[in-house]
Amino acid sequence: MTNSIREIEGLEVIFIIGSNTKETHPVIANKMLKAVRKGAKLIVADPRRVPLAKFADIFLRLRHGTDVALLNGIAHVILKKGLHDKEFIKERTKGFEEWKESIKIFTPEYTSKITGIPKEDIIKTALIYGGSRKAGIFYTMGITQHTHGTANVNAIANLALLTGNIGREYTGINPLRGQNNVQGACDAGCLPNVYPGYQRVDMPMVKKKFEEAWGTTLSDKLGLKSTEMIPLAADGVIKAMYIMGENPVLSDPYMEHTVKALKNLEFLVVQDIFMTETAELADVVLPAACFAEKTGTFINTERKVQLLRKAVEPPGDAKEDLWIISELSNRMGYPMKYISAEEVFEELGSLWPALSGISYGRIQDRGIQWPCPTKDHPGTEYLYKAGFPRGKVSFTPTYYTPPAEVTNKEYPFVLTTGRNLFQYHTGSMTRRVAPIEKHAGDPYVEMNEKDALRLNIKNGDIIKVASRRGEISIKAKISRRVSEGTVFIPMHYREAAANVITNDASDPYAKTPEFKVCAVKIQK
Amino acid sequence: MVKLTIDGKTITVPKGTTVLDAARKLDIPIPTLCHHPKLTPFGGCRMCIVEIKGIPRPVTSCTTPVTEGMEVITSSPRLEDLRKTILELILSDHPNDCMVCERAGDCTLQELAYFYGIKENRFQGERRRYEKRDGNPFIERDMEKCILCGRCVKVCSEVQGVGAIDFAYRGFNAKICPPYEHDLDCEFCGQCVAVCPTGALTGKMWALKGRQKEIKEVDTVCAYCGTGCNITLHVRRNEVVRVTSKENTWNEGWLCVKGRFGYKFINSPDRLKTPLIKKRGKFKEVSWEEALDYTAKKLNAIKKKYGPDSIGGLSSARCTTEENYLFQKFIRAVIGTNNVDHCARL
Repeated sequence: MTNSIREIEGLEVIFIIGSNTKETHPVIANKMLKAVRKGAKLIVADPRRVPLAKFADIFLRLRHGTDVALLNGIAHVILKKGLHDKEFIKERTKGFEEWKESIKIFTPEYTSKITGIPKEDIIKTALIYGGSRKAGIFYTMGITQHTHGTANVNAIANLALLTGNIGREYTGINPLRGQNNVQGACDAGCLPNVYPGYQRVDMPMVKKKFEEAWGTTLSDKLGLKSTEMIPLAADGVIKAMYIMGENPVLSDPYMEHTVKALKNLEFLVVQDIFMTETAELADVVLPAACFAEKTGTFINTERKVQLLRKAVEPPGDAKEDLWIISELSNRMGYPMKYISAEEVFEELGSLWPALSGISYGRIQDRGIQWPCPTKDHPGTEYLYKAGFPRGKVSFTPTYYTPPAEVTNKEYPFVLTTGRNLFQYHTGSMTRRVAPIEKHAGDPYVEMNEKDALRLNIKNGDIIKVASRRGEISIKAKISRRVSEGTVFIPMHYREAAANVITNDASDPYAKTPEFKVCAVKIQK
Repeated sequence: MVKLTIDGKTITVPKGTTVLDAARKLDIPIPTLCHHPKLTPFGGCRMCIVEIKGIPRPVTSCTTPVTEGMEVITSSPRLEDLRKTILELILSDHPNDCMVCERAGDCTLQELAYFYGIKENRFQGERRRYEKRDGNPFIERDMEKCILCGRCVKVCSEVQGVGAIDFAYRGFNAKICPPYEHDLDCEFCGQCVAVCPTGALTGKMWALKGRQKEIKEVDTVCAYCGTGCNITLHVRRNEVVRVTSKENTWNEGWLCVKGRFGYKFINSPDRLKTPLIKKRGKFKEVSWEEALDYTAKKLNAIKKKYGPDSIGGLSSARCTTEENYLFQKFIRAVIGTNNVDHCARL
């Protein structure tokens, strides 16, 4: 998030696109409701009638994968009505004129045709968002998990730049991150192209800095993204993998392919707290400590570094990941002699100025948001107050492209996947919590009542959902949440895993798979 | 701004402030049961009554806005007598089974009964009896212990936007329940449990896991989504037995069903407890020495044979920042490749 969760309460306009906030980030949704009670306008854009839509001033039920068109259409109206922030555009952006040309075609009529949203609603949205200078955009994987995910994000950024809704309090581009420490994992450099703190591996100066800090020579070759490693494992290029606390068998698209790829490895080591579907394929399984059994930090979606405290001892011989990694390293000829998590954190801080002002001592009572460069810096609630790091930022023209897989006669339904309120990701944690399992333990496919009627499917019937890649049997849940011609399957359930059928086509830049759209058929 | 005196002390507060809030600013204690600082005032329990000069009868301080020159008295023999009577009336229709109540030691009603020294009760009347228990798996609803303060109703509607419960019936029969007295079927965020001042609402999984004694409280961060709610783990004998969140956290004490009730995986019998090596298709328990030596040997051999770029590492968005840092350092500095990623895309 460029801005912070606290600021939600002060927003005039909350524009949520591709996020089922009430179920996936419930406590953030509470803040949004608080803002709505204070008079904020709420706009929700989603192909599904997600729970927050009930509170929305405008609910935009767009067709799957048409986000770019919608966002450009909104921008088109904002420009036409002269609601854009001319001063901000002039002083802090570039490429406006070229971009302006690119959205010319996105008239309300054209946008309506692509998205299926009435043009009045597109205009109304533009007037509300464009009419406020305290407007924040919120999104999650509904935006990114597309073959054009990068374009979606760019289109969001364009909208914020157009209205100057960034770089100030109560505005912003706010992706809500789905995992407790996905921010921290990125910040710490668990990405193939950057060292900790987003410092590029292919820049000689940067490489030199880390070589000196770590006392070894490093590779300047960009690494592989997770969604590239798996296919290359299948091809025999990747020979060994070390997987810590991940379950790609369930979380990656096209499960059959993932399993084949992992089985093809010469050596697979999995470090986890449970025998996950991925661990079952491993040559070595290392038992790890869970969040309650160790000290460290989690960095949340608003860049806030918060302290995790050890409460209980791990079971049996399970060990903290820090210990396991260090011991492996010691055995491979690179000694790691850390005495505490704090020492590791300080090393990270010494290599990334944005964290160097944060210490365990400072976050005992409450977390601090990075950047926090010095020991007396209060942290940063919202980014770009003093301008963008690279000077002027560009508008990026974005074009509407359909999803990689579209429906046809044989596969007439659009399948989209996601989470529900009760379960979490691949379920390795929540599915072991008895009350949650009792309440939400059955996999299901949401389908529209009209489709159900047409196919003679009743609530609770077991039906077959199949794509070109696989097939699962799953219970039908008749619902108005999905529109006609579309179905939704939560990703959590191994016995009817959505990712047996999802498409592994991915965004060309981010390599994020298109979980949100694939074509399926349904049989009773 | 409005100037008033409370118990002889003068204070100036913004217009619209309630007498209760003004008194709390002066650190003057006024007992309350139904009042909650994050919910709209209700004036139901009457414990917060005060005397205001010029008004003949006591008024509820939680619903009375301050006025210029107001003179408030928060404690007098008459007020204390009334408060004690209110408590006696509540307790006359309460199980008073504190010995076995999950909330003993953390119950506002019990605490007030203690301060008002209510040992015997003048009122011996009929008591509400509700045999039926709610069948939901998360929240124990013991309506015999409910004092109808309405906090749960308000939090469900005002904070959570759900409105799963409300007052039903009237007078002695009044109770709080879901529509048609069905079992609760809601988001199960447990906000109602967090604000309940008595033992009427508790977590089903807390039962007989310990109350105050031997409980260690550890402030930490939730392990689920990226919101990063601050939680407190209640630990007894190396077991997490309850999760709560404090009101003064940035998340205001609010949690979701996963954060509040999804902690049982920690003590799951399924937890991996020993390193395992697969031999002839079957996992065999081994020592850490053997597992680590074997892994290091295999990784070194593959690195030597095929080069470092033949190895890839997937780190975890559920592990700590420190662990992620060390993991990528291991892949980069020890293995010698940038093939390191995690599930940010999934």
